Amino acid sequence: MPTPIVLTARGLKKSYHKDRIDVPVLRGVDLDVRQGLVTALVGRSGSGKSTLMHLLATLDRPDEGEVFFRGNRIDNAPRVVRDRYRNHEIGIIFQFYHLLPELSAIENVLAPAMIGQSVWSYFKSRSENRRRAEAMLDRVGLLHRAKHRPCEMSGGEMQRVAIARALMTDPKLLLADEPTGNLDTETGQEILRLLADLKERDNLTILMITHDDEIAGSADVCWRMQDGLIHRESGVEETPAFATHAA
Amino acid sequence: MYRWLLCFRYLKTRYIALASIISVTLGVATLIVVNSVMSGFSTEMHERLHGLASDVMIECHATGGMPDPDAHLREIERICGPALVGSSVSVSVPAMLGIDFRGQQIGRHVNLIGLDPVTYDSVSDFGKYLLHPENQKSASFKLRDSGYAPDRKELAAAGWSHRRDRVSEERRIEKMVAQERQMMAELHRKANGQSEPSEQDEAAANAAKGPSFGPSFSQALMPGSDGQLKPSVDPMEDQFSGIILGISTCSVRHRDDDGQVQDHYYAQPGDDVRMMFPNAASETKVINQKFTVVDLYESGMSEYDSTFAFVRLDELQEARGMIDPETGVRSVTTIQLKLAEGTDLNAIRDALRDRFPPELYAYNIQTWRDLQGPLLSAVRLETTILNILLFLIIAVAGFGILATFFMIVVEKTRDIGTLKALGASGRGVSSIFMTYGLLLGFVGSGAGLIGGLVFVHYINDIAELLEMFTGQEVFDPTVYYFTEIPTIVHPFTLVWVMCGAVAIAVLASVLPAMRAARMHPVQALRFE
Ligand SMILES: Nc1ncnc2c1ncn2[C@@H]1O[C@H](COP(=O)(O)OP(=O)(O)O)[C@@H](O)[C@H]1O
Ligand SMILES: [Mg+2]
Repeated sequence: MPTPIVLTARGLKKSYHKDRIDVPVLRGVDLDVRQGLVTALVGRSGSGKSTLMHLLATLDRPDEGEVFFRGNRIDNAPRVVRDRYRNHEIGIIFQFYHLLPELSAIENVLAPAMIGQSVWSYFKSRSENRRRAEAMLDRVGLLHRAKHRPCEMSGGEMQRVAIARALMTDPKLLLADEPTGNLDTETGQEILRLLADLKERDNLTILMITHDDEIAGSADVCWRMQDGLIHRESGVEETPAFATHAA
Repeated sequence: MYRWLLCFRYLKTRYIALASIISVTLGVATLIVVNSVMSGFSTEMHERLHGLASDVMIECHATGGMPDPDAHLREIERICGPALVGSSVSVSVPAMLGIDFRGQQIGRHVNLIGLDPVTYDSVSDFGKYLLHPENQKSASFKLRDSGYAPDRKELAAAGWSHRRDRVSEERRIEKMVAQERQMMAELHRKANGQSEPSEQDEAAANAAKGPSFGPSFSQALMPGSDGQLKPSVDPMEDQFSGIILGISTCSVRHRDDDGQVQDHYYAQPGDDVRMMFPNAASETKVINQKFTVVDLYESGMSEYDSTFAFVRLDELQEARGMIDPETGVRSVTTIQLKLAEGTDLNAIRDALRDRFPPELYAYNIQTWRDLQGPLLSAVRLETTILNILLFLIIAVAGFGILATFFMIVVEKTRDIGTLKALGASGRGVSSIFMTYGLLLGFVGSGAGLIGGLVFVHYINDIAELLEMFTGQEVFDPTVYYFTEIPTIVHPFTLVWVMCGAVAIAVLASVLPAMRAARMHPVQALRFE
């Protein structure tokens, strides 16, 4: 029995223009991400995986096509809605962590809460926020490093702080763009185990982008990206996903 | 929330930005110092100028002056109404002061004023600028024994003792010279066996006199009456009519080798001087009269100190023939009025001008502001120009902030991308930099404010310290009217200087903030 679909992409097209030369990156991409599963997206470097993820996270707009989150179209939603979507509904992890260097680990984890709430409501729920941030740091096993700056941490630790930050606002969906791409195999494995654990225990939905076939193989569902197109390689039977929502 | 946190973190970690606001700090500090000093200066100057000049002054340009000042005053009283609280009449004539200083004639052009000390003091400051403490209380034209300006060693002997010393010294020299001359003549006669001294011999005899410590003025120079003092009266015991000289008319101020200010007096209380001034007759003649210096007048305004000489009103009127022989009515040249505080001086002046139109009367009616207008407006203009210049400096500092902020925005590109990925809006991101500018403005101008106020507070000590290190006098009391740098801090000035500086800092951060807000999140995230 397939779980409901959280995120849907339909006919996404995106090309970059440079000096009147069109570089098509995505040429009509359809993608479904199902609740509670780890969905892997593999492809060679430069195949457009990150571009696709940016479209799914509404950090960029597609030339053509649509993105639905739980059945609602979000790619052309108003700015406020998209900001709220990124802040509240999804969590994003990057290959290069993208922690704010001026802030300590705990402050980095608190950042989404600070961004999402007004000064007033943030101060009202200050202790609550703090408790949640500490719980998230604890969840990734870094509570004892709460006061440390990113520059005082290793790559694996930074990525774990980034994961804790992504989980801060209790998102439904985690978008991870090559979370192990910048780490050694061992540390990468740790991160992957952590993500798998999150999926198991907290029933988190994860879309993981990777260029590593081995990692992709361990996911519940695996999509492969090639020449700007995408097709499913393994997992979950054929269902006209569109029907589940649009109908 | 995050904008404040990030701002404070940026403020704490990015000293380059702090460096960029040092110019704001300096600008604000300079503005405060300049404004305080300028307003201290102009306030002090206003006070002095107003103190020295009466509220309204009616000058008659006719040499004979205006007859019957009492009738004039009644008319003025009618025009001014209850606003008139004091008046004084005086006679003012251009005159030449002659001082005999070690045989040399020193001539100065002065403004000889005949006044009544009591009423004159009621319309403008006069007594308080005299040197003798008693005269400051109530001015008198009698020479005092001693005690002129206790803090001036050059005037320690001034008074009767100086006069007696001088007279006896003169007499001694006179006697010596006479003896010597006689001796020379006798010698001459003996050597040549001639009874008549030739021209040559006379020249030799004159040369033998040496530098003449002339006991009196060359009589050829000054025909006419020789003062009221009768020859029978002993200058040891008596004085001519008293005169009060402006201190700069009879002294020079300079610095000795150690840089100390030193005064040299050509004449001091006790000495006799000569005044030449026109009489009031239609066929003007020069009157030449001897006076005894009874005090010196030092207002601090060099323009006044170097041109004024005061004598008694009735004596001057008599000397100039300003008393109608038939009726005994005395004429004056100047009427000074004191008006109640807050009176519209210009309105009074215009009313008086209407009553005494310039077509009929040769009167010049002016308020004290009219008299000192150029000086006051010069100070005002200077303050305005300095303010504009210094604000331009702060504006230049604003461009420094602009450049620094653009650098910081570029440096923070990835973080801006991250913030947007975490759901921050463009407005939120731009407000980080605006708040940052605001905080920098506050820090910079706050530091400038404190620095400026401290500087103003210790300005005289700082000037002294600078003098010590550089050997250069920063604030030269021989040039300015004050011995200390006067300062007044207006809270209103502080507020608008602060607001201006903060506004410039915020304005300078607008463009970089807009750039940060417009930044495409993906490009920002991919930024290396
Ligand atoms: N701003 C851009 N301008 C032009 N080409 C770009 C730009 N960003 C990405 N590309 C191109 O798009 C392709 C896909 O990039 P990306 O999505 O980062 O690939 P992946 O994440 O799969 O390695 C690459 O060939 C890259 O050169
Ligand atoms: Mg990529």
